[in-house]
Amino acid sequence: MSITPAKIAIQDVYFTYGDGAEALRDISLDIYEKEIFVLFGPSRSGKTTLLRLLNRLSDLFEDATVRGTILFDGQDIFDYRVNVAGLRRRISMVFAVPTPLPGSIRDNLTYGLRMAGIRNERVLRERVERSLQQAALWNEVKDRLDKSAFALSGGQQQRLCLARSLALEPDVIVLDNPTSGLDPLSTESVEESLQDLKQRYTIIIVPHSVQQGSRIADRAAFLLDGELIEVGKATQIFVEPQDQRTEDYITGRFG
Amino acid sequence: MSGTPKQDFGLFSNVLPSTRLRWKGRVEFVIEYLIRFAGLSTILIVGLIFYFLLREGTAAFLDIPLRQLFGNRWYPIEDFFGIWPLIVGSILVTIGAVIIALPLGLTTAIYLGEFAPQWQREILKPLIEVLAGIPSIVLGFLGWVALAPIIQQMGAPTGLTIFTGSLILAYMSLPTIISISEDALYAVPKGFRDGALAIGATQWQTTWRVILPAARSGLVIAVMLGIGRAIGETMAVMMVTGNAANIPVLGPDMIFQPVRTMTATIAAEMGEVAQGSLHYSVLFWIGIVLFVITFGINSLAGRLMGTQAGRRRKGQL
Repeated sequence: MSITPAKIAIQDVYFTYGDGAEALRDISLDIYEKEIFVLFGPSRSGKTTLLRLLNRLSDLFEDATVRGTILFDGQDIFDYRVNVAGLRRRISMVFAVPTPLPGSIRDNLTYGLRMAGIRNERVLRERVERSLQQAALWNEVKDRLDKSAFALSGGQQQRLCLARSLALEPDVIVLDNPTSGLDPLSTESVEESLQDLKQRYTIIIVPHSVQQGSRIADRAAFLLDGELIEVGKATQIFVEPQDQRTEDYITGRFG
Repeated sequence: MSGTPKQDFGLFSNVLPSTRLRWKGRVEFVIEYLIRFAGLSTILIVGLIFYFLLREGTAAFLDIPLRQLFGNRWYPIEDFFGIWPLIVGSILVTIGAVIIALPLGLTTAIYLGEFAPQWQREILKPLIEVLAGIPSIVLGFLGWVALAPIIQQMGAPTGLTIFTGSLILAYMSLPTIISISEDALYAVPKGFRDGALAIGATQWQTTWRVILPAARSGLVIAVMLGIGRAIGETMAVMMVTGNAANIPVLGPDMIFQPVRTMTATIAAEMGEVAQGSLHYSVLFWIGIVLFVITFGINSLAGRLMGTQAGRRRKGQL
């Protein structure tokens, strides 16, 4: 990478849960604009914790302590002046388990927009259609936008959640294992839409598997026990990793 | 192999005539029946209560024309047994209590469930339990000594009014409302919270637009049970509502008039009536009406709870 400034710069971040468990130790890495950045590692390696730090959903953990800084477009997200809701609109998150909200499909997509103060019906309608198309869901639901979101299949629900994030037109989309509950076909369509979305958004994703990670990544980082082992271009890290532990994990010797 | 003797793992030892095992089986049998009896006795007791209420109350129902029974005048000494003022009294005091307790209880539950930090929750929750444990007579005493004089100073003709009763009742039903609505909020799937926050909702927006609608039926049940608690309360209400069996005159100062509730009437007069007299029977008749009202409220709450559980099973809250 040249000297493009990082979209998100994570600097010397430590994270300790309220019960004293240290989830992240001395993490530093840069994420650049309009790339797909893959965070991978075995379970309990701190991937999800790191993701939740980026949009400060980590605030929900009581008594947890964070050290270090995370800069988003050069701004410290832990600054007390930061509007957290605003931050979460710019760095939007999709979870491992689909989290549709009670209400219709349309409601799900407009919740965030309305809460951001967008009331114009025409704008809302446009955003609904565009975000559903971006999430490759439009054709399946266009005739039943006013039906309950819970009536959708798991894969559709997950794409709805992706669309819900996209409707906010964020800068960064954070996906925590978004295809965990999906069948191979839905997984493929999500992966395909990620490639399209890369044109416009910065995407940070915890993949379902190393294989998925290597399929979609531009750059990747390997986490192990809360420590950053290795970070680099996908062509390098998945092909000839520098660290023995990375290689062991990728080749399936543990994890 | 067919030739090897069967190994005994103790699997069939129950049928072996071992004394110890037979003894064990008997103990098992006795315990099972004790438990069954304890469980069924509740049903039996409820049945008996209803039977005696009916038996003692039917005389009133048969001897006094229905129109007079629901009439406006309650002068038992002159044989006027109109229980309408008592019903109105109970309902007014209860409605007042709900109007006070509902916003207070819901906001407390929301604060506890969604906003309060852990240490405050640890202090508040036991305190609410304590509030639930205060005997109603103590609250009534408090209302009588502390609350009534204040209300009289505010300009009411007497301190013992609907409003006083409502306040005391509100505090009595608060613990019920708070703990049940907190349960309802707690039962909202965590994903709703994460999902809403992740698309940039503030904590209040999440609570108001997502959590509360999702918990709606649970909250309704909390309120219903709170009402049930309030309408059946006796001692505290008897002490602070003034016990005048009249229908309050409609008007802005209506809530500052004394009334008498159904429960208070039974408690106050039961000791003075001759057993088997008409008056005695009417008191049981009041009990039946009260029973029907609370039963109605509770079963409505139960029905709502049932539909809520059913909907959650279908995954569409």
